Amino acid sequence: MIASLNKVEVDYPGRGRALGPVDLALAPGEIVALVGPSGCGKSTALRLLAGLEPPTRGTVTRAAGRGETSVVFQAPTLAPWLSAAANVALPLELAGTPKAQARAQAIDALAKVGLKGAETARPAQLSGGMAMRAALARALVTRPRLLLLDEPFAALDEITRRALADDVLTLAAELAPAVVFVTHNVEEAVYMARRVVVLSAGPGRIAGEAAVEGPVVRPPGFRASAAFRETAERVSRLLAGKVTA
Amino acid sequence: MKLLAPFLLIALLLAAWEAACRLLAMPVYLLPAPSAIGAALAEGWPLLLASAWNTLSTALVGLALASVLACGLALLVSLNPTVEDAVRPVAVTLQVTPLVAIGPLMTIWAGIEHPQRAVVALAAVAAFFPIFSGALTGLKAVDPDLARLFDLYGARRAQRLWRLRLPSAVPALLEGCKVAAGLAVVGAVVAEFVAGSGGNQGLAWRILEASNRLQTARVFAALAVLAVLGVALHGLLSLTERRVLAWWRGR
Repeated sequence: MIASLNKVEVDYPGRGRALGPVDLALAPGEIVALVGPSGCGKSTALRLLAGLEPPTRGTVTRAAGRGETSVVFQAPTLAPWLSAAANVALPLELAGTPKAQARAQAIDALAKVGLKGAETARPAQLSGGMAMRAALARALVTRPRLLLLDEPFAALDEITRRALADDVLTLAAELAPAVVFVTHNVEEAVYMARRVVVLSAGPGRIAGEAAVEGPVVRPPGFRASAAFRETAERVSRLLAGKVTA
Repeated sequence: MKLLAPFLLIALLLAAWEAACRLLAMPVYLLPAPSAIGAALAEGWPLLLASAWNTLSTALVGLALASVLACGLALLVSLNPTVEDAVRPVAVTLQVTPLVAIGPLMTIWAGIEHPQRAVVALAAVAAFFPIFSGALTGLKAVDPDLARLFDLYGARRAQRLWRLRLPSAVPALLEGCKVAAGLAVVGAVVAEFVAGSGGNQGLAWRILEASNRLQTARVFAALAVLAVLGVALHGLLSLTERRVLAWWRGR
């Protein structure tokens, strides 16, 4: 296991129970999508897995250390005063990598996400899709064993979203981190993950799971395949609460 | 047209003023006509310019002093939430105390033979709070997700300060400095009035001197110079703010 949630519950003062009890275990290299309605605690689950927040009850185990976990948020969350390359180099520099080496690795990482030539651009000069790619490069530059994505495509248009989804899967296949992909979009969850975990709201609990067949990097036309449609349908029904796990 | 419109309005108002003064045969010590003020400006400009420079330099020294103190204190306070909780209400209390009321105290502390010091001190007091408050707000205006990433990357305290909080503070700090510059001039003028001696011959002193002699046209001339000074300073700082922000954002 690279990380797991064991009977975790999270209460927020004044707002009551946000999550739990939830059990979730991640195998190394596994790609899991967490899908659920707004307020079901999926982002909370992600922060627990990242070690950014402690659970109120239950335990979180993490085999991936601090430098081995990366998070991408819904917004690119780049520092506006730093160039794209400096933003990507930041996690390496904070960990003590010499500046020149961090810079070289950052430029490589930017090239991998298709941002060759944008190294000196500031975040304000990047489009939404490009900024998200830079955030992805920053997450991957440390070669994490656990990659946590919190609705990373939510603010993007459909075309950019699909292109980025394929790029994330290609990079995941190459670097093989365990990936947790949080989304409220059923199709996106089924496309991205080999295992879709459905959360119900108020408080967030696991309503069921669905396995998705096929290779990590989805072949063209995968969205039109019968397997994709059937899984999406099953996940939708789990979300609507018509099937119990 | 947009640039011209305010000048047209000013011209119109001046013309109406001039006409009213002539038609009503207004006594010149009560309300001088714009032509009389123009004459006072033309006659007294070397002295007015020197006085304007005195006021401006006093305000700028006060501003510089305030910047150093306010940024330093904001930084210290921001390092500890308890200290911040303690300092903020005290700062607000001092801030709402009218500047004029602190004036006499400053002249006593500066000593009767150093009115210049009192004026600089009061300009600094006036400029202190916007900068302090801007710097403190800025130091706390960190994108929470970016702060989480710093947590995740195991950033140390010093790294967090230098690489996250200080750069995040820049926009709010600039805004504070812009407000402070205007207030520094106000502070300098108020202090000159309160100090009430010719030790620092700024524009306020010109106004006092002229009004004591009922040379109302000269009062207006000094006021006009003061207004132009304020507009120029504001324009200069707005431009600086835009430039620095553009550099900060990389555009």
